[in-house]
Amino acid sequence: MQCAYSCGSEEHLLARRSFLGGLAAGVAAPLVGGLGAMTRPAAAKELSSKQKRILVFYMAGGLSQLESWDPKPGTDTGGPFRAIPTSVPGMHISELLPDTAKLMHHLAIVRSLNTKNNDHGKGNVMMQTGRLQTPAAVYPHLGAVAAKSLAPVDSPLPGHIRISPGGSGGRSNDAAYLGPKYSAIVLGNGNPPQNSARPDSITVESDALRNDFRRQINDRFAQRRRTAETDAYTYNYEQAQQLMQRRQIFDVAQESEADRQRYGTYDFGRHCLLARRLLEHDITFVQVTHSNYDTHNENFNFHLEQVGEFDRAFAALVGDLADRGMLESTLIVVMSEFGRTPRINQYYGRDHWGTAWSVVLGGAGIQRGAIIGKTNENGTAVTDREVDHAHLFHTYLQAVGLDSTDTIDVGGRPMPLADPASEPIDELLA
Amino acid sequence: MQADPKQTHVAKQWKHESPLISCRFDPTGRFLFTTAEDFQIQRWDVESGEKIAFAAHDSWARGLAFLDGGETTVTGGYDGRLVWWPTSAEAPEPMRTIDAHDGWVRFAAVSPDGKLLATAGNDRLVKLWNPADGTLVRELSGHEKHVYSVYFHPGGEFLLSGDLAGDVRQWEVATGKLIRQFNAKALHTYNGGQRVDYGGVRAIALSPDGKHLACAGLHKATNPLGAVNEPLVVLFDWESQEVVRSHIAEGVKGVAWQALWHPDGTLIGASGGSGGGFLLFWKPDADKDFFRLKLPNTARDMDLHPDHLQVATVHHDRHVRISRMTAKVAG
Repeated sequence: MQCAYSCGSEEHLLARRSFLGGLAAGVAAPLVGGLGAMTRPAAAKELSSKQKRILVFYMAGGLSQLESWDPKPGTDTGGPFRAIPTSVPGMHISELLPDTAKLMHHLAIVRSLNTKNNDHGKGNVMMQTGRLQTPAAVYPHLGAVAAKSLAPVDSPLPGHIRISPGGSGGRSNDAAYLGPKYSAIVLGNGNPPQNSARPDSITVESDALRNDFRRQINDRFAQRRRTAETDAYTYNYEQAQQLMQRRQIFDVAQESEADRQRYGTYDFGRHCLLARRLLEHDITFVQVTHSNYDTHNENFNFHLEQVGEFDRAFAALVGDLADRGMLESTLIVVMSEFGRTPRINQYYGRDHWGTAWSVVLGGAGIQRGAIIGKTNENGTAVTDREVDHAHLFHTYLQAVGLDSTDTIDVGGRPMPLADPASEPIDELLA
Repeated sequence: MQADPKQTHVAKQWKHESPLISCRFDPTGRFLFTTAEDFQIQRWDVESGEKIAFAAHDSWARGLAFLDGGETTVTGGYDGRLVWWPTSAEAPEPMRTIDAHDGWVRFAAVSPDGKLLATAGNDRLVKLWNPADGTLVRELSGHEKHVYSVYFHPGGEFLLSGDLAGDVRQWEVATGKLIRQFNAKALHTYNGGQRVDYGGVRAIALSPDGKHLACAGLHKATNPLGAVNEPLVVLFDWESQEVVRSHIAEGVKGVAWQALWHPDGTLIGASGGSGGGFLLFWKPDADKDFFRLKLPNTARDMDLHPDHLQVATVHHDRHVRISRMTAKVAG
């Protein structure tokens, strides 16, 4: 199921057009060549001894920065909510985030984002790829880059997983020229991947026999006519086999009842607990989407509802990653496609706003407790250290130990890993 | 002079510096109190339009109620506080402030005998207070969602409270016992695509003859996040609890923020939303309004003056508007 955004723009529909083939039906894109500087041996040298991971929270529809990371209480744009102190002296966030406030020493806020965009679809592409959406080029999403560059070569599990609020799941098409095996596997409403259970009508023995037969035929074909496409095809089948054998890692029911209660028994709580489980099983990139923040109407009632849900489960997960020693190796990002207007409209709503908004980062490679940039008194403009999606994309990659100024070799063409016209936010990096 | 709803027209208006939220006439009719997005309460002299500010809340206020025949005003804020004020003071200062709810105070009402103050909040509680000293008398729990409105039955024996889910509860005031529930779920929507609860019982009112209970809000919420919905007042038979009317306003998009009964048996609603602001007039014998007045801007609250001829509305465009239900005076 796709989120029903309020404004009904064309871009809202794009995600529906994603290829949702089952796991065993993967097809290859014309990927030629591989990562230059990002080849796994090179990446392995760059990485510390710990495997790096990325955990993204995608606040679909556009989280209000004023009801989260950059409150402006008592101003004409501030709305009814107050600011509360956090575990970082001098840092205040919205009162809607009381649990998160206690953990801000693990996190950092960028309050000076100006992406110059108020469109859902374009904003999604910009924040996920670090580039502008153009007809001329399609760039891989952060998750695909992470899966390609950080996931162990022998990993039996996919490196790129998205947990969506609803729908039946499937496979996304967000890897662009990196190839479909790095595209996200989407877990619809946190359910295990599609087609990952052996049908009851097929016995274990007959399943093994048919796979042996498939491998024989594949091997014979590959001896004479091996291509990148056939490799990807074979990889998808083998990954599906491995994944079917490890299907229990997607089963949140195997977590303790105490943890399930602590995270919250609602969908997003369950999805966050699943994210912890996936990260603990060395999935490289996990994205949890929380919906829906596109609050053109009754922004305050809806943020009260949504941010409250987010706060409890998010704080539980950040706290657990810290307690389990995983925060050093896990980059956390909380992003949206844009923020929301400081002006409160006639429906007590806030509209789309890419001019002055916030994201949160934390964990691996991040200067924790930092506040980067600032906005003016009532949040209508950035007044210090303006940055955009491209700066952030560089920063994500640098934070997990990659050189964001490097290139990927695609069919002999060097493709910059991140926008070459931009650079990381150095003061945000540890 | 008798009210003639079909003659209703905007007679005067005053502008504040911030969008307005709610309004109530004091029992004497001398003042209109409003609340605004600047955290302040305004007292307007109904004759002259002179304005005095009341400042104490640390958030928006929405609850307004009057004690002692109007001598004392109580305001309830989204800071969870109740504040007692001297109604007619030249330079009003809080007389008492209490932390009343964990989260927003959404509504306040005073019992007919003036001996109890009821409040509703986001902590899903209804609370009864001794208005003389601000002490808690009773806490009524059971609502599963935010409580949006409270209303004392004119007889004083019962209190009604309505929540986001359309659950209207009738409580016995003396004991706090839940007597019965009215099903106003027509005023609630859960949108699975957007994953939001929306709607709620925004106002409750019993007809002058005691036969009909009106619960105001919205329906047809096809897009809650985009303000696509229509006003609705569900009318119950008080005795049988059957829904006898679904008061609608064809062609109007918005929320029925308030519904009040005129003593002549007319139900007056105020709606605001994407279709603009309206005063809507219904009779219990028909679902559809028999008259409507288009207001210059979306309306957010409404109250009826003690003279039963004037209706106040507050608006996002920062205006207070006083409409008269009488023929326009020439000149």
